[in-house]
Amino acid sequence: MGKPQTFYEVFRQQGISRRSFNKFCSLTAASLGLGPAFAPKIAHAMETKRRTPVIWLNGLECTCCSESFIRSGHPLASDVVLSMLSLDYSHTLMASAGHQAEKILEETLEESYGEYILAVEGNPPLNEDGMYCIVGGRPFVEQLKEMAAGASAIIAWGSCASNGCVQAARPNPTAATPIHEVIRDKPIVKVPGCPPIPEVMTGVVTYMLTFGRVPPLDRLGRPEMFYGQRIHDKCYRRPHFDAGQFAESWDDENARRGYCLYKMGCRGPTTYNACSTTRWNGGVSFPIESGHGCIGCSEENFWDNGPFYERLADVQTPLGVEANADQIGLGAAGVIGTAIAAHAAASALKRARANPAEDYKSKTESEGV
Amino acid sequence: MADSTEASERGNGFLGTLVQSSTEVKSPAEKVYVYEAPLRLWHWLNALCIVVLCITGYLIGSPPTSVMGEASENFQFGYIRLIHFAVGQVLALALLYRIAWAFMGNHHSHQLFLPPVWSTRWWGEVWHEVKWYAFLTKTPKKYIGHNPLAQLAMFCMFVIPIFVAIFTGFALYAEGQGIDSWWYSAFGWVFAVLGDSFWVHTVHHVNMWIIIIFVMIHIYVAVREDIMSRQSLVSTMISGWRFFKDDRE
Repeated sequence: MGKPQTFYEVFRQQGISRRSFNKFCSLTAASLGLGPAFAPKIAHAMETKRRTPVIWLNGLECTCCSESFIRSGHPLASDVVLSMLSLDYSHTLMASAGHQAEKILEETLEESYGEYILAVEGNPPLNEDGMYCIVGGRPFVEQLKEMAAGASAIIAWGSCASNGCVQAARPNPTAATPIHEVIRDKPIVKVPGCPPIPEVMTGVVTYMLTFGRVPPLDRLGRPEMFYGQRIHDKCYRRPHFDAGQFAESWDDENARRGYCLYKMGCRGPTTYNACSTTRWNGGVSFPIESGHGCIGCSEENFWDNGPFYERLADVQTPLGVEANADQIGLGAAGVIGTAIAAHAAASALKRARANPAEDYKSKTESEGV
Repeated sequence: MADSTEASERGNGFLGTLVQSSTEVKSPAEKVYVYEAPLRLWHWLNALCIVVLCITGYLIGSPPTSVMGEASENFQFGYIRLIHFAVGQVLALALLYRIAWAFMGNHHSHQLFLPPVWSTRWWGEVWHEVKWYAFLTKTPKKYIGHNPLAQLAMFCMFVIPIFVAIFTGFALYAEGQGIDSWWYSAFGWVFAVLGDSFWVHTVHHVNMWIIIIFVMIHIYVAVREDIMSRQSLVSTMISGWRFFKDDRE
């Protein structure tokens, strides 16, 4: 690891002009929603701050977060990786391998203790002493705890690190655990999504590098600027929802007209993410725009709240039967209704069989008052 | 514990009064004024709210067939939700009013919220009522307010679910108002307790069915007791007067 450079020095070394640098700062300010006054502040930070080391760990995951990250358009992932930060360790992107690669972790702990950002993709499984995920010959949970100890802040990439995702879905045999339940003494920024939106990922990194602190977080620890609203709140199909116009099946006339996918199980109304505003693939589209409902991939337990194409989630009943709220409710109401009918019949029978004279007497008494 | 139970059953203090008003009355007057006008008003307003909320709530979960025409000219689903939200707020305000009435009204008015679960005598009479409904006892006891089993059912299947409905409902409404709204500051904690938004929807929905089942049982039992027990039921919630059909103990 060479002598730490400032961001600006790195930019200039790569042949980037002062003019391009200023453009980058303006664009970044705009993409973070900060307004033009922040462009000079970003420029100043880039000129004076050393590149922050980032250690990117991979636990139990599918690497979709890394894949998403490298497709960021604003700012370009290459700018982030090559110029803004010093990505010292990342299974997917680093050149070194084996012992050389693992040695970087030790060096970082020695040289940048308390300064580096730890980005965690995936989560540690805790069952069987963490044996379900081995990295560099050791359980991932050990590596995670070791590296978390010296980090200034931690980013939880994706639903795996933030919520557990598919490996933590019921019955969760490996006890896959979101990282905030393993590490409790560091600020953790959760960036859920499966994967998170590329621009959201680079946006969060840029914010942390620029301001040297974690972005404002909501109640669940997600950056408010990207997770402050539901997909539904900014969905371009929302007028059809309010009008009462819904697609009834994937290939009907209403689906072709672009009506709301609510009845097809769209999770937009319960999902906090920026898909309907930033969109995907450089702003081309997002699932609902492509005609498929949102599956709520950035929400906790989204795998357990299935099926994805039904409005009502299946609930695991104590009898082991999966049924949705209406099936459970109707079933219970049916049982109670039958019981009431049987009880009413038995009551009528009892009354009929009781002494008719006494019955007549009490009846006239009750009518008399 | 045993001492306090005995003391309360002798009728000492507030808790003792609660037990007194929730247990059997040997020889009441022929008719007693039980439900005062504000309480009866609440009962029927509350019933109306529940009917409207169940219908609109069900439609929110399973929307009716799509309307045709331009989206800008229609607001059908919007109105269904608007009615649900507005009536939900009426229901909550009515419940606040009912809680206030529990302090202001007669001693039957706080029966709904405070079943005397610490009293062995009360539990004995719950069991007696269970036997009465199972056709194992010939004569029911006389009660001025609710009978103990009814009181227990009201608490478990009405009071608790109505609070769950209001808190989960307001939490979901707060999401629509935005996370920087005062609604979210006041009710956002529900998500910390129950989990993700979709699960809160499910809880809210299952809770509706608990209330529907309560309504079914409530109406059946009220009509049955009106015919078979020794006191008036249905007319009492209209006129306020409880009539006793015989003068046996």
